[in-house]
Amino acid sequence: MVMVNTIIDSIKSLFLGATDRSMEEIKAKTKDNFKREGDVKLEVKELNFYYGEFKALKNINLKIPTKKITALIGPSGCGKTTLLRCFNRMHDLYPGSKYEGSIIFHPDGINIASPHIDLLDLRRRVGMVFQRPNPFPKSIFENVAYGLRVNGVRDKKLIKERVEWALQSAALWDEVKDRLDANAYSLSGGQQQRLCIARAIAIEPDIVLFDEPTSALDPISTSKIEELIMTLKEKLTIIIVTHNMQQAARVSDYTGFMYLGELIEFDKTQKIFTIPSQKLTEDYITGRFG
Amino acid sequence: MLTFITRKKILDRFMLAVFFTAGFITIFITVGIVYVLLADSIKFFQEVSIKEFLTEKEWTPVFATKKFGIWPLISGTFLIAAIAMVVSIPLGILIAIYLSEYASVRVKEIAKPIIEFMEAIPTVVYGYFTLLFVTPILQSIVPDLEAFNSLAPGIVLGFMILPYTASMAEDSMKGVPQRIREASYALGATKLRTAVTIVIPAAISGIVAGFILGASRAIGETMVVAIAAGMYPNLTLDPREPIQTMTGYIVQVALGDLPYGSIEYLSIFAVGLALFIIAFIFNSIALWLRSRIREAY
Repeated sequence: MVMVNTIIDSIKSLFLGATDRSMEEIKAKTKDNFKREGDVKLEVKELNFYYGEFKALKNINLKIPTKKITALIGPSGCGKTTLLRCFNRMHDLYPGSKYEGSIIFHPDGINIASPHIDLLDLRRRVGMVFQRPNPFPKSIFENVAYGLRVNGVRDKKLIKERVEWALQSAALWDEVKDRLDANAYSLSGGQQQRLCIARAIAIEPDIVLFDEPTSALDPISTSKIEELIMTLKEKLTIIIVTHNMQQAARVSDYTGFMYLGELIEFDKTQKIFTIPSQKLTEDYITGRFG
Repeated sequence: MLTFITRKKILDRFMLAVFFTAGFITIFITVGIVYVLLADSIKFFQEVSIKEFLTEKEWTPVFATKKFGIWPLISGTFLIAAIAMVVSIPLGILIAIYLSEYASVRVKEIAKPIIEFMEAIPTVVYGYFTLLFVTPILQSIVPDLEAFNSLAPGIVLGFMILPYTASMAEDSMKGVPQRIREASYALGATKLRTAVTIVIPAAISGIVAGFILGASRAIGETMVVAIAAGMYPNLTLDPREPIQTMTGYIVQVALGDLPYGSIEYLSIFAVGLALFIIAFIFNSIALWLRSRIREAY
């Protein structure tokens, strides 16, 4: 009998990636992480990243501040998305990726770039919003609830509360509250992207990564998403990759300029856009190349 | 100049006619088959009523008292198809999940052609493999399994239709956009969870279409069942007993030397028509489902 239970548990954990956990536990954990505001959240040290033989990131050193918006800008192929996808180890889904150096996740001090970390746990704490809206072909409710279910939350009432909270935080609740059972693909592109944001924040991650979140959206939807991102920084650390320099200037507190796999300059956004210290940054910002 | 244009025009017309004829031949053949089936079936039904055909429980065309109830043949056909699906659905899903979500590119490059190669093996080989290899093995496991039975050919058919079930399921799972998988992984989901709760539901219409095409193939399959299932029209659900399928009966009669126009001879057209209708319904459902694959996302 004991054997059988052990087997069932291990099958369950294979499926869930974790044993049953209550939301309280997760909350307690996240609360702890929020204690040291203004501190460094991610500390990137001498990070090199390879796609097979190709060295896509070269000696990146960077400190991402807690509960601020950090923008990564640069021309196509400069490695900004590659760097972003290092933070939740998305590259590991594909063969041939290799990390060197370290990304320290404060305050725990775990090294994200280490091959030994629990990727499932990391991705629960580092959410991601993608370039194109990618809701699941499920109902609006189930899209947001999915992350909670993945995290072992079983309590239906709690799931309902969290879904409502997440949709409200993503400024989508009023538009969808009467049709939570409708397919997510019945929403407009901008709504779908806000749904994806709700889905990412429903599990209360420490960090949310935005990979050019508005590149597929119209200007009105874009400004809604930008406003939303700015309100979210009260709760979360945000890193946003963007092609759009105005967007970086509008929303971010800090900006990093990348070029050919290197981080050329990193500073307060205001400084980067007014008095950049590097010639290359200035040329890019003033539109001389890109 | 003028003649040049005219010549071009004529060539154009001519090629159009060639392409049209090529397309039309397939339609013509289908229509021809339906016509032959219907014409001879009508002759059959002039002697045997449709009511008898559909309500009689025995099929004894070669006995002194001839009875023409289609049900023993239909039950035999569906029993084998059901056994095949019981084997093929779980196996097909597992293979599809493995190939589309877990396997490395190299494994996929080797495994996929092998699965599809199963279709290239002549079915008569499957038939003798079933009779001479699978049945004896099963006889040592299953008590009272007769030499001709529906279990062994059913199991072998289950493997034989994997190119439909596993391969089509894999194709439609592969068609689920990677960005939807990434969204699931980004929330901390495991591979298994992503496959089961995201990828399979998104690909379900294609997966089910593959199953139905597989079932249709199992129903229409002839050689394996003619060789290994027996020639005994038997209204039973016991997989250990010999049976006869619709296709098996057609083979038996078509190979025998029955006089042209006799009632036994005509009966194969009626059975063929019934088989045609069943296969047509299955394929239509599968095609309809397949057209819905892209609608989900």
